[in-house]
Amino acid sequence: MKVLVPIKRVVDYNVKIRVKADQTGVDLANVKMSMNPFDEIGVEEAIRLKEKGVVTEIIAVSVGPQATQETIRTALAMGADRGILVKVDHEIEALTVAKILAGIAKAEQPQLIILGKQAIDDDSNQTGQMLAQLLGWGQGTFASKVVVEGGKAEVTREVDGGLQTLRLNLPAIITTDLRLNEPRYASLPNIMKAKKKPIDEKSPADYGVDPAPLLKVLKVTEPPKRKGGSKVKTVQELVDKLKNEAGVI
Amino acid sequence: MAVLLIAEHDNTSLKDSTVKSMTAAKALGSPVDILVAGHNAKAVADAATKIAGAGKVLLADDAQYAQQLAENMAALVVELAGKYDAVLSPASTSGKNFMPRVAAALNVPQISEIISVDGPDTFTRPIYAGNALQQVQAGAGKKVITVRSTAFKAAELNGSAAVETIGAAKGPGVSEFVKDELSKSERPELASARVVVSGGRGMQSGENFHLLEKIADRLKAAVGASRAAVDAGFVPNDYQVGQTGKVVAPELYIAVGISGAIQHLAGMKDSKVIVAINKDEEAPIFQVADYGLVADLFKAVPELDDELKKQGY
Ligand SMILES: Cc1cc2nc3c(=O)[nH]c(=O)nc-3n(C[C@H](O)[C@H](O)[C@H](O)COP(=O)(O)OP(=O)(O)OC[C@H]3O[C@@H](n4cnc5c(N)ncnc54)[C@H](O)[C@@H]3O)c2cc1C
Ligand SMILES: Cc1cc2nc3c(=O)[nH]c(=O)nc-3n(C[C@H](O)[C@H](O)[C@H](O)COP(=O)(O)OP(=O)(O)OC[C@H]3O[C@@H](n4cnc5c(N)ncnc54)[C@H](O)[C@@H]3O)c2cc1C
Repeated sequence: MKVLVPIKRVVDYNVKIRVKADQTGVDLANVKMSMNPFDEIGVEEAIRLKEKGVVTEIIAVSVGPQATQETIRTALAMGADRGILVKVDHEIEALTVAKILAGIAKAEQPQLIILGKQAIDDDSNQTGQMLAQLLGWGQGTFASKVVVEGGKAEVTREVDGGLQTLRLNLPAIITTDLRLNEPRYASLPNIMKAKKKPIDEKSPADYGVDPAPLLKVLKVTEPPKRKGGSKVKTVQELVDKLKNEAGVI
Repeated sequence: MAVLLIAEHDNTSLKDSTVKSMTAAKALGSPVDILVAGHNAKAVADAATKIAGAGKVLLADDAQYAQQLAENMAALVVELAGKYDAVLSPASTSGKNFMPRVAAALNVPQISEIISVDGPDTFTRPIYAGNALQQVQAGAGKKVITVRSTAFKAAELNGSAAVETIGAAKGPGVSEFVKDELSKSERPELASARVVVSGGRGMQSGENFHLLEKIADRLKAAVGASRAAVDAGFVPNDYQVGQTGKVVAPELYIAVGISGAIQHLAGMKDSKVIVAINKDEEAPIFQVADYGLVADLFKAVPELDDELKKQGY
């Protein structure tokens, strides 16, 4: 079976971002970009399913500007077989991404689509669920374990109260949580090989999708700063302050 | 503007997050009807009638809603959505699971995890792990919104709405429930506790979390953890506080053996008072702490337990 792995190029998780002074957004000039960490986990899971013989082909898909090609190359170096880049030069919303991915799913007919549970830039946590609805498929979000067997996927999910296990008909959507696996690093020979793997370039129009935004961002501001940094010397002083100064115990 | 608020519950009790989300719902318009979709969940519907501002409480009581599977929940909410201008849910793992499906079915974007209602179509939400706040304006069409409930005050509980029983919607039948493995605890829930005591990698083992549990018992606190502590297997996943775990905003947050990575801060920096106990005085957690104690936790935490005991906690 084929697996589609949508990956997003985001600001690296180690970068401390800065809000632009004119409040139009976050300053992304010369900032290190990487694959969304949850999507690395998605690529890894697809590769493990291929190594188990469940999956025959892994297609890494990304929607974004030309530079997103690098992120797709990373997925190919990890072990994906081919890539699709849907070129969009401005920010697009999760619903639009989901519509484009639905178009790709109709063309490629995968049995599984493995997305990240959230992109660490926009923190929306919605693309996978939207895609599932558009396709009429079942979903296993926030997955910490996936077993594909007998035309079904059994997915263990991290939920507020603990863990929940579901059984999904295939085709299905899975979104990854952090403990699903530990992604591998691409080896040098695989990075070289990845250069020869094909990446198709498409546009939203190829899937009949209008990428115009539906939401308007009015401004982006910095959150109020916390005034921390005070120290206490002893446990006794701590308890005294919590009781008599802060009044929280 | 007619608003539908979807209740968060476990079929027996209504979660505090629903009561807080009501405050966001009321800021949007009225009436605010509350949907309780569950199985044998009459007690939840009765509790929801008390939330001040509730128009009516719709109860869909059916076996297919026992675990609130996303596919079935979305089918039901979409069927009801015709009568409403906005649909809200707490941004719990359950709301996050089905609400984007509702938005996709209605062909509108979802506005995720709002922390304020700035106008009838304008909302603020955190992005980049809370390091930036984005103010967005929704277009025409229905609004589908998840609410970061810790950012809103609880509504009063002096209401007296009526319960209306409604039928189930036809789900797509593509998923089935296998099992739950839920953590059982006598302590308050992490998301709504007044005091939270969290441990990080510095705790060194799951055993050592007993040190924190003793403090938690004295202060009637919930116990949380950093991702490093969960990944190391010290405590279960539902303890994780942070960008990709739970967001908490208690009166008092005590971070023990936690360095203060931005992903962790994202989940707790709106706490009223933050205490940090860490042996490294350079640890970033001290920059957000109101009271920092530079000490070895294996010495400081038992001392804290003694001191609290001495003071009658
Ligand atoms: C006017 C406007 C301005 C914006 N400005 C900014 C901005 O300055 N900075 C910013 O970061 N965002 C901005 N956004 C939002 C941005 O476009 C979001 O990234 C988008 O809404 C998708 O949400 P998400 O990435 O949080 O998706 P999530 O639902 O959190 O992502 C989940 C998963 O979906 C998949 N996925 C998501 N996006 C893609 C993609 N493009 N290609 C392939 N797979 C994908 C991945 O598997 C990912 O793990 C803006 C949006 C608008 C409308
Ligand atoms: C995509 C992504 C999402 C993430 N999401 C989250 C999230 O939701 N929540 C989260 O917490 N993290 C998250 N992380 C991980 C985060 O980046 C940090 O790795 C993590 O928070 C570190 O946990 P820690 O502070 O317990 O461990 P460390 O950073 O290792 O810190 C341990 C601290 O304990 C102190 N210490 C050690 N021994 C003692 C002692 N005897 N006495 C006193 N102090 C001691 C040390 O000085 C140190 O400061 C995420 C990371 C990524 C990439």
